[in-house]
Order: sequence, then structure tokens, then C-alpha cells
Amino acid sequence: MSPLLDIMDLDAFYGDFQALFGVDFTVDAGEVVALVGANGAGKTTFLRTLSGLVPSAGQSIRFANQNIAGLPAFQIARNGIAMSPEGRRLFPSLNVEENLMLGENGGREGAWTKQAIFELFPILEEKRAIPATLLSGGQQQMVAIGRALMANPDLLLLDEVSLGLAPVIVRDIYAALPRILGSGASVVLVEQDIGMATQVSDRLYCLQEGRVSLTGASNGLTRQDISTAYFGRKKEAS
Amino acid sequence: MDWINAIVQGVLLGGLYALFAAGLSLMFGVMRFVNLAHGDFIIAGAFGAMVLVELTGLNPLWMLLVVVPVMGAVGYLGQRLVLNRVVGQDLLPSILVTFGFSVILQNLMQETFSADSRRLSAGALDTASFSLGSGLSVGAVPLLMFVAALLVLGSLNWFFARTNMGRLLRATSDDPEIIGLMGADRRHIFGIAMLLASAVVGVAAVLLAIKTNFDPAAGPIRLLFAFEAVIIGGLGNLWGTLIGGVILGVAQGVGAQIDPGFQVLAGHIVFLVILVLRPQGLFSRSG
Repeated sequence: MSPLLDIMDLDAFYGDFQALFGVDFTVDAGEVVALVGANGAGKTTFLRTLSGLVPSAGQSIRFANQNIAGLPAFQIARNGIAMSPEGRRLFPSLNVEENLMLGENGGREGAWTKQAIFELFPILEEKRAIPATLLSGGQQQMVAIGRALMANPDLLLLDEVSLGLAPVIVRDIYAALPRILGSGASVVLVEQDIGMATQVSDRLYCLQEGRVSLTGASNGLTRQDISTAYFGRKKEAS
Repeated sequence: MDWINAIVQGVLLGGLYALFAAGLSLMFGVMRFVNLAHGDFIIAGAFGAMVLVELTGLNPLWMLLVVVPVMGAVGYLGQRLVLNRVVGQDLLPSILVTFGFSVILQNLMQETFSADSRRLSAGALDTASFSLGSGLSVGAVPLLMFVAALLVLGSLNWFFARTNMGRLLRATSDDPEIIGLMGADRRHIFGIAMLLASAVVGVAAVLLAIKTNFDPAAGPIRLLFAFEAVIIGGLGNLWGTLIGGVILGVAQGVGAQIDPGFQVLAGHIVFLVILVLRPQGLFSRSG
């Protein structure tokens, strides 16, 4: 069976600046894949390219056996890729409930309804009428994940879920992962905390300066492997 | 009593200014887009109503049923076919394009309708008035304008608060880049914003044609009033826009009471004073 997501030789540019160089990346159905790397390694660019926010016309991003490279973001969303973006990007004029409801605009049916999100993150039901950006950081992250889930995606992209959050809150949020997978979605997550990344994922990719520097099953990689790939200590000068 | 009368008339005129301003505010709020042809669109709508009245012989108020949907449709198509190409991070391309529209529209109207000043008659409504006692009376047309403004702004507020498209419009105003992640096509949302703004222009156009004289070159001054009402009220707040329109209308009414030549200038002076004292507007969200 072909993978859910199959990316070959992906480049990405911001203007003249090249941020990704020939990235190969696959995700199988039901998998959790972690993406780690130093700041500026291209993790966020990778997710933004995948979701259509960074142009990728003419390249090869096969998702559910269709090439989605170059499609506008809204069509990629309708095809079943949803993202909780870096910095959460909640809409300040909208309350929690309205932010969640926006996620439904792709028109995809599935298990995730507003009620299901409130069961996953009960605090959001209590705060439903409050402007989303007045919530605590952890609660805002729950809204961002909930908003993405409301699209009933086949692939959920989580960018820096733990950024700026206390470890206990990060654990609470990651505790939702099994139920997200149970709904049939696969997950790609960008995570700064390597311990957390290897713990929650099946496979792991490490990016370094826009290139994949390491990949493998998360439980088969040592911290030494990862930190070498992360910082590139053994990289030959070129 | 003359002074109270001037204030009351100014308040009612403010309704019309709020209608001018609501479309402008909506376009800027959702798309960060300044439409310099906004006033000319209003005048074009007024001429459209005039042509329809000449063809049908009906009361101009009936023309709302045609002008409003036609303006809305033209707005949507214009946004999708032309303006979506120039909206973006940079304000300048949209300013240049709509400035071009403004010049083209004014000249087309001049060619077609000549430079003569026109006005539409709403029949008995033109002179009908209600007495409020002690010598104070309110004309039916100004009252109609004010009620229309309340209805239009109330409906827009309801639409923004209660519908999915309303939520999308607010969200686009907050953060247009990621609206696509919600599975929504930004080009369509911009089209809808323009459709709403243009439909409001249609209402304003028909009422303007009944209320006052208009000619092909009358657009830019309406644009100026619209800008002033938006800025006084504060961007992104529709009821603020109404208050802005009312303040402008009252300033002009009181100015005219002092000296008829002082009418428009008094509005500008009040606008400038508010701009200096409270540049974010009286009811700005960020203020």
C-alpha cells in the first residue's frame, strides 16, 4: 500500500532564499511522525509548504495518491490536511467556539464535532464564549488543535505545540494524541523537546539547514544520533 | 429652535454618511483595501437609479430592489476578476487601480449623462414631514435615510456575528494569511466583502439621488465624507461608523446654521480636531 503522504525531493523558497533542499518524507496511515531540528532548520517551512502557505508548484507532494503540490491552501485543507500553525494564530475577534467552528469550512464529514472537541478538551466548553486570545497559552493551543481537528483531517500537522508552555500542560495536550489517532488521522508534529518527540512518535526526521540529516524509527535512535544530526557536529566542511 | 433643528437634521444626514462610510469601512476592514472610486460608485448607482426611473416611471425607492442586487453582483465580479489581483500586503496597487476607476467612471458618466446636476423625485415623500412639536419638524426623506442606515448597519452586524461567512470575514480581517487553512477560499471571501460593500453603496446611491442633487463629478466629496465618518468612528466598528456619520452631519448642520458657506468646512474642522485628539477614532477596537 502506498503511504498516505509521499514527498520526493522537495525544495522550498522564500523569494531568493532557499529554505528546503531535496527533502524526502513519507507518512503512513495511522502514523505519528516527529520532525525535529534546530531553529531555522526548515521545520516550520516544511509544514507551511505542505499546507500550501509556501508555494510548491511543479514539485511532488503526493497525498492520498494525488499530487497536491501547488494547490492553494484552502484546497489542500479540503483534501484533508489540517494544521495547528506555529504561534497558534487564533483569530482575536472570534471567541473560542467561533474559532473552532471556522475549522468546519472545508466541509469534510467525520468524528470531530464541536461537542467532540469539548469532550477532548473540557476546559474549552467552559471558556467557549471568551475571545480566544484571552485564554492561557495552553488553552489557546487546545483551541488551535481543536480548530484543526474540526476539519476532520486525514493528516494533522502540529507546529510547536509545546512552545512557551509549562511541561505539565504539554503533557496534558499530548495526552489527547491517542484519541486523535483513534479518529483515523495521522500526525506530523514539529517539536523542540527531543525527549517528547521520540516518546510520542513512531518515526522521526531531523532537519538541518533545510536537509534531512537523520531519519528512522523513534525507538531505534539514540540521543547521540539525534543530537549529532541536530547540530551537525560530524558534518564535513563543504 | 433653529439650532435644535440644525442638530436634528444633522443627525439624520449622518445616517446617509454612515451608509457612505459602511462600505468603505468594510472593504478596508476585511481586505486592507482602500477604494478611491467609492464615491464614484455611489454616483454611478445614483445614475443607474435615474435611468431605471426614466425607463419605468416608478418611484425611485422601488429601484432599491434592482440597484442593490445589481451593485452587489457587479462588486463581487469586479473583486474576483480585477481587484483580487491587486489586494495584498501593499496598499499602493489597489490605490492606483481604484484611482483609475474613479477617473474612468467620472468621464464615462460625463460622456453619458452630461455634467448637468440631477435629482430624483420620490413624489409626495419629497415634501412630507412630521411635526415634533414646538416648530420642529422632520422630513420624511431624511428620516427614511436614518432608518435605512440603522437597518443596514444592524443587518451587517447580525451577519458578522451570527453567520459562518460573517465569522470568515472577521477572521480574514484578523489574519488573512491563514484563512486558507480553514478550508475557505480567500478570493471568494474578498468577493463577498465587496458584494456587501457594493450593496450598501446601492442603498446609499438611491437615497442620495432622492435627498440631494448629484452630477458626474460629485463622487470624490462623498468619498471624503465617507473617509471622515470612518475615521471619526474608528475603523472596524460599524456602530462607530454611524456615530462618525452623525458627528459629521451635526457639525455640517450647525456650521450651515452659522453661515451657509460654512457647512462643509465645519465638518472638516470637527474631523481634523478629532483626528488630532484621538487619531484611532472614537470607538476603535484597538483604542
